[in-house]
Amino acid sequence: MSDEREVKILAIESSCDETSAAVVVNGRKVLSNIIYSQIDIHTLYGGVVPEIASRKHIEKVNQVIKAALKEADCTLDDIDAVAVTYGPGLVGALLVGVGAAKAISYAKKLPLVGVHHIEGHIAANFIESPDLEPPFMCLVVSGGHTHLVKVTGYGEFEILGVTRDDAAGEAFDKVARAIGLGYPGGPKVDKLAKEGNPDAISFPRAKISDNEYDFSFSGLKSAVLNYINSAEMKHEEINRADVAASFQKSVTDVLSEHAVNAAKKYGMKKLALAGGVASNSGLRAAMKELCDKNGIELYYPKPVLCTDNAAMIGAAGYYEYIKGTRHGWDLNAIPNLKLGER
Amino acid sequence: MKILAFDSSGMVASVALTEDDILLGEYTTNHKKTHSQTLLPMLDELMKMLSMDVKDVDVLALANGPGSFTGLRIGAATVKGLSLALDKPVVTVPTLLGLAYNMWGSDHVICPLMDARRNQVYTGIYRYTDEEGITTVLDQTPLDIADIIDRVNKIGEPVVYLGDGTVPYAEQIKEKTKVGYTFAPAHMNRQSAGTVAVAAYELYKQGHVSNGDDFAPDYLRKSQAERESGR
Repeated sequence: MSDEREVKILAIESSCDETSAAVVVNGRKVLSNIIYSQIDIHTLYGGVVPEIASRKHIEKVNQVIKAALKEADCTLDDIDAVAVTYGPGLVGALLVGVGAAKAISYAKKLPLVGVHHIEGHIAANFIESPDLEPPFMCLVVSGGHTHLVKVTGYGEFEILGVTRDDAAGEAFDKVARAIGLGYPGGPKVDKLAKEGNPDAISFPRAKISDNEYDFSFSGLKSAVLNYINSAEMKHEEINRADVAASFQKSVTDVLSEHAVNAAKKYGMKKLALAGGVASNSGLRAAMKELCDKNGIELYYPKPVLCTDNAAMIGAAGYYEYIKGTRHGWDLNAIPNLKLGER
Repeated sequence: MKILAFDSSGMVASVALTEDDILLGEYTTNHKKTHSQTLLPMLDELMKMLSMDVKDVDVLALANGPGSFTGLRIGAATVKGLSLALDKPVVTVPTLLGLAYNMWGSDHVICPLMDARRNQVYTGIYRYTDEEGITTVLDQTPLDIADIIDRVNKIGEPVVYLGDGTVPYAEQIKEKTKVGYTFAPAHMNRQSAGTVAVAAYELYKQGHVSNGDDFAPDYLRKSQAERESGR
């Protein structure tokens, strides 16, 4: 193996509210992964404000890239390609990373590889689990995305199911706000849920008739809000921990059942979680239980690789790079980029 | 000294390279297309036509606001990336000052107007003198179109208006301006990276240099969320 040349990728991610840069070797080894989170600023507004996010990205982008190079103990002369998230995400936010990445690769005459944000989340598993190779089933759940994806090869995907309305993480945020937990909702609901009874309240689990792998969380969200409102009308005290636990159970039941059913149907023995909600302890526990029961091996990245970060873009970018994916100087940010589009 | 300048603050996307007092090349479009798709290909084309490499540039310059928030960030991200990769200093030029440089040598009061919507413009008032070149009378600021016309009237001297704000507010300008006025012709009416480079050269000589890491666009306006929340 030692005679094989290493491919070092500088990766940049700015699709939402984290400005991140990383240096990744051969898609698996992370030399640095610098993340500047804006979450404190957006917390003041109860959610991500796109214009503020874009402004923070432009203030931090160079510092973050320089820190990533420094921590990796390399310069741009050691880099083989630049990878950047170009969608999906907030267009103004994406444009900062795309603009900087293009200028750097142009100035240093380096290949430019645009990366799909979700492909990055999936590839976070390659960093975490060096033995994991396609094919496998992957459930991507975050504040903006809920995708059930059959990963057939590196950079090869078949989307089996998506959310019809809210992303799972979005439902967490909205429920968190309703029970007074604030933003970001996922970790806060998860924490409070540990003190509650998940079977205390029966919230709905939506089934989509024409695609068994699609998701819907808006009905569940409404059910939680109705529950809270009707309790208020009756001047009854709600048990917030029970609401959190029962809501979380309802979400994780649906997610884990869909994912495991799909893995079974397509004969996949490996199932990976990806995205911010993959850090949710309830989801991990539900997945573990179902996977164990069905003889499926469960993979998930550590929390820092579940959140938006550039290392995962470097991992996905590497596999795109060796497949020959190259983008031109006209690369644009595409806010609604579809997975598998290049 | 070679200065590579960009202006992506409005509809215009423009890239120019100057060497001392010579404009070596400029590529400017004033047409609807996203600057994200055009700005770097324009730079690439310009460098190819000039048989030059971007690493030969000494200083990077940028119209750094006000303007379209997204347009400003596309320019800033490009300049930041180039600055990081090439280790070159950056001169940020106030967009309105860059526009005023179009009118070098004019004996009229210079009033650039950029459309900021809702009856507002980003504007300023400038003057040319033989001794000092372009000087600032009113620093760039957002104003109601009527207010800037009022300021111009108070100076009581002939004025030349330029910039994309002259289009939507032409009727008001004609109606309310009480001094002699003219509109700049098309070739000197809009942002151009050539004038940004010239203005940057002056600013550079005065020591106004930043590093590529710390500067941020001068939006002149808070985000809507900040305004509404009073933050």
